[in-house]
Amino acid sequence: MSVDTRTVRHIARLARLKMSDAEVEAMVPELNNILGWVEQLGEVDTDGVEPLTAVIDQKLRLRDDIVTDGGIRDAVLVNAPDAQHGFFAVPKVIE
Amino acid sequence: MSDLTAKTIAELRDGFRAGDFSAREIASAFNDAVAGARALNAYTVETPEDALASADAADQARQAGELKPLSGVPVGIKDLFATVGVDTTSGSNILKGFKPPYESTVSANLRSAGAGMLGKLNMDEFAMGSSNETSAYGPVISPWKRNDGGNAALTPGGSSGGSAAAVAAGIAPGVTGTDTGGSIRQPAAFTGISGIKPTYGRCSRWGIVAFASSLDQAGPMARSVRDCAIMLEAMAGFDPKDSTSLDLPVPQWEAGLSSDLRGKRVGVPREYRIDGVPHEINALWDRGIEWLRDAGAEPVEISLPHTKYALPTYYIIAPAEASSNLARYDGVRYGLREQGEGGLEGMYAATRAAGFGAEVKRRIMIGTYVLSAGFYDAYFNKAQRVRALIKQDFRNAFEQCDVILTPTAPSAAFGLGEKKDPLAMYLNDVFAVPASLAGLPAMSVPGGLDSQGLPLGLHLIGRELDEQGVLNAGLAIEERAGFTARPGKWW
Amino acid sequence: MADANAPYRIKGETGEWEVVIGLEVHAQVVSDAKLFSGASTKFGAEPNTQVSLVDAAMPGMLPVPNRECIRQAVRTGMALEAQINRWSRFDRKNYFYADLPQGYQISQLYHPLVGEGTIHVLLDEKDEDSAKAIGIERIHVEQDAGKLMHDQHPTMSYVDLNRCGVALMEIVSKPDMRSPAEAGAYLRKLRSILRYVGSCDGNMEEGSMRADVNVSVRRPGEQFGTRTETKNVNSVRFVQAVIEHEARRQIEVLEEGGQIVQETRLWDPDKGETRTLRSKEDAHDYRYFPDPDLLPLELDEAFLDECRSSLPELPDAKRQRFERLGITPYNASVLTAEVETARWFDQLLEAGAEPKQAANWVVAELFGALNRRGETIDNAPVSPSQAAELLGLVADGTISGTIAKQVFEVMLSEGGSAAGIVEARGLKQTSDIGAIDTEIDRILAANIDKVEQYKAGKQQLFGFFVGQTMKAMQGKANPQVVNERLKAKLG
Ligand SMILES: [Mg+2]
Ligand SMILES: [Zn+2]
Repeated sequence: MSVDTRTVRHIARLARLKMSDAEVEAMVPELNNILGWVEQLGEVDTDGVEPLTAVIDQKLRLRDDIVTDGGIRDAVLVNAPDAQHGFFAVPKVIE
Repeated sequence: MSDLTAKTIAELRDGFRAGDFSAREIASAFNDAVAGARALNAYTVETPEDALASADAADQARQAGELKPLSGVPVGIKDLFATVGVDTTSGSNILKGFKPPYESTVSANLRSAGAGMLGKLNMDEFAMGSSNETSAYGPVISPWKRNDGGNAALTPGGSSGGSAAAVAAGIAPGVTGTDTGGSIRQPAAFTGISGIKPTYGRCSRWGIVAFASSLDQAGPMARSVRDCAIMLEAMAGFDPKDSTSLDLPVPQWEAGLSSDLRGKRVGVPREYRIDGVPHEINALWDRGIEWLRDAGAEPVEISLPHTKYALPTYYIIAPAEASSNLARYDGVRYGLREQGEGGLEGMYAATRAAGFGAEVKRRIMIGTYVLSAGFYDAYFNKAQRVRALIKQDFRNAFEQCDVILTPTAPSAAFGLGEKKDPLAMYLNDVFAVPASLAGLPAMSVPGGLDSQGLPLGLHLIGRELDEQGVLNAGLAIEERAGFTARPGKWW
Repeated sequence: MADANAPYRIKGETGEWEVVIGLEVHAQVVSDAKLFSGASTKFGAEPNTQVSLVDAAMPGMLPVPNRECIRQAVRTGMALEAQINRWSRFDRKNYFYADLPQGYQISQLYHPLVGEGTIHVLLDEKDEDSAKAIGIERIHVEQDAGKLMHDQHPTMSYVDLNRCGVALMEIVSKPDMRSPAEAGAYLRKLRSILRYVGSCDGNMEEGSMRADVNVSVRRPGEQFGTRTETKNVNSVRFVQAVIEHEARRQIEVLEEGGQIVQETRLWDPDKGETRTLRSKEDAHDYRYFPDPDLLPLELDEAFLDECRSSLPELPDAKRQRFERLGITPYNASVLTAEVETARWFDQLLEAGAEPKQAANWVVAELFGALNRRGETIDNAPVSPSQAAELLGLVADGTISGTIAKQVFEVMLSEGGSAAGIVEARGLKQTSDIGAIDTEIDRILAANIDKVEQYKAGKQQLFGFFVGQTMKAMQGKANPQVVNERLKAKLG
């Protein structure tokens, strides 16, 4: 499989990365190089092999249903580029 | 007291306890060294007051007889670790100015063990890189120079390049690093120091800016194997805030150190003899085998048949996870915001375009692609299957041996700007990545210098949870390699 | 009302159409803390005050799952006769939106917690033949998003993350429904079961239950058509309106030779119509992959046992038990629809009330009174034991049904026990034959003409004599005795 400028634009859009035409053009061979290289995995026979799900074999721990957090609005907002009236402010969204 | 900066953590700790010097003297010596080494670009933030305050606390603790394991020892913290109130940017423009209102578990553990902080260490952006050239702060310059009389600036390796350079240059006795696919071990090898990546889950990931969650592990980098053991003991431990943290007691690795390897078998994987690796690297590997034999171990040839596929597997899984982990940098809650055009969507795209560097964008693109509709099975799921096979390879190998010895990296440090092709850069981690995929403890220790006078590392991989076995084999090599070379001070 | 068992058909220009409906219900799990963080789930707090650093997706923050949320989802699955998966895991659903700080929602796609189950509904509560089983495809657990406010600023939207990370169960039905009435019955039954189980409060106004409505149309008996999904519809009435509107819209498109586009739509309650959500080319490329921050979720036998044994008697079982007690199917269905009613009625039975009589009384008298007073059974003005006392007085002949109504009114307006009111007001029923005979004789004498007509065969006049006698006795005569004496005297 190889990518073209259309695919690169689509992927850049999915990833919310603004790219100039020149950047898209430059990205095409780079991605194709890397993808062509990783596709050597196709040589490996993985029939009947389950995908790895946990690096170290262990079960998920569950925590108790206790309120231990929150009430830290200042800490939550302190680094915001634009905080107003206790909210994060973003350019208007039209639904 | 300038010779304080030449001491190991163990020497500083013991000398401080014995009253040979005060913690303030140690901190001052390192603060001065840090301020005098800005040419290396190793630190992104210097925090001399922090180091002094911790030192004063340590001096008081000594008076009161309340010493902690790292009282008197200042350390450097990789910029990937959140440090409360101190810029934490993971080497990225998108987090410029971010001061977390929280402290990573690992750095908090170091602090509660008595350690002070000298500053934040430069790194490849979001830990994506093997040369520290992707940092928004510019590359770290290795303190090492080739012995060819030229003055070429060399890479300290990456992504923990600032960390490695700091230890090698004597501007931190020990530092934190993180290792996703070799980011502790390769820079350790390039700069002639030691570094260990513990078993996945030993060190909490809470408060460490995520690159690839299933691979990221914190670990120490320092001058000696003993120093690594001391630091790792302080850094590791169960953390209920990290679902993947191992709920196990922290072993006393320093107390358990022993270079007597009688009864141990050292696996030598035949698949790690690859084309194009300089003869000197393989020669050092052979010397390493002999050193371990001398320590009492029995070398055995082993096979890790899927080694060849580790790197491509890694370059599917790590970018995939990263593409998702880095989605939170969107200009809404912290970090950079670029207004862009077209409302919220325009702001997202402009912010991320301006905030991320080229390598990060490249990996986000790869990761997004391999997860996108129709490609998930062919790429991501396939890679996770191969990853299961790689893990199985190690399981099989450890039936025949106790620890595995390989070279750390396929070359010595290269010059800044020398490797322009991303794929060529990725190949730096060919020996380091398999252990990362399998979550195994692995360490680099210096083995010697190459013909250009640059350090080369030897790499030890252990069973799950067997950091002790790795450290002990590392110690056996350290004792026999007699590596004492230091870069001449040019900065 | 049309026959509930007749298939629902929509007449178009070109013939009849059938509608096919599937519902994805998002039900907020009842828990104190959020699914992956320790912040509170309480409704209505000041913006961003119930937000942890995890909910705000600060760099390096990690999710740790809440046991209670998992438990409630498992109990819900058990109540829906569903397959509980002992091995499940969380996946990331990746998309960018300002109410989604991580840039992904932690959900479950590949291995949900709960698999296939069933909900049994009655389309007509009086008709057992209208029963229908509607399949559940799966239930998974996921995070809720935050909230955006668009009307506070001319050019900005405001983000409140209080809801962000609250646990939701997504309950996905099979496309088994064929009419708005079936969808309504399904939703009401689902809500009822959730409230019995206690896993969701079912409060649609506060958004605790929202439905995504999947609608397609086809010619009866043909293949499924292309469906649309109308998101976040928050009442049963609106769901039914969406189905009606959307089916009609689709039929119009198809009959004009057009095609249905698989898309996401929005319900506009003001206009009473659905409209297409501004098309997003990537809306369906969520790049799901297993969340590497979370390990597989494995449930052990003890956990499942506790979930099972803590389930209450569910509406269907309760209804069948009530019917076995002689309660009519209609009453049984009404009494079990809401958990609070069922609980109250069970307490009434425990207090000794006769089931059939009690059921009639609750459905007619108590519900009537609650309706008039605009109250719910939670704050009913009489307790089950007070009501049992009143019903006991009727059952043992102390008062008649007519007097019971009077007594109940007094209990409602003035309070007090039924026996006390009967005693104080002298409302006891009399079987005193002498007193009854005296009144009967007087009435017969005053109505000679009617006595003649009765004797001539106008039998229906018997009721007139009963009524007159009861009236004369102020309702306190034992009706059985009145009947007997009248029969004797009229011959
Ligand atoms: Mg849905
Ligand atoms: Zn959902």
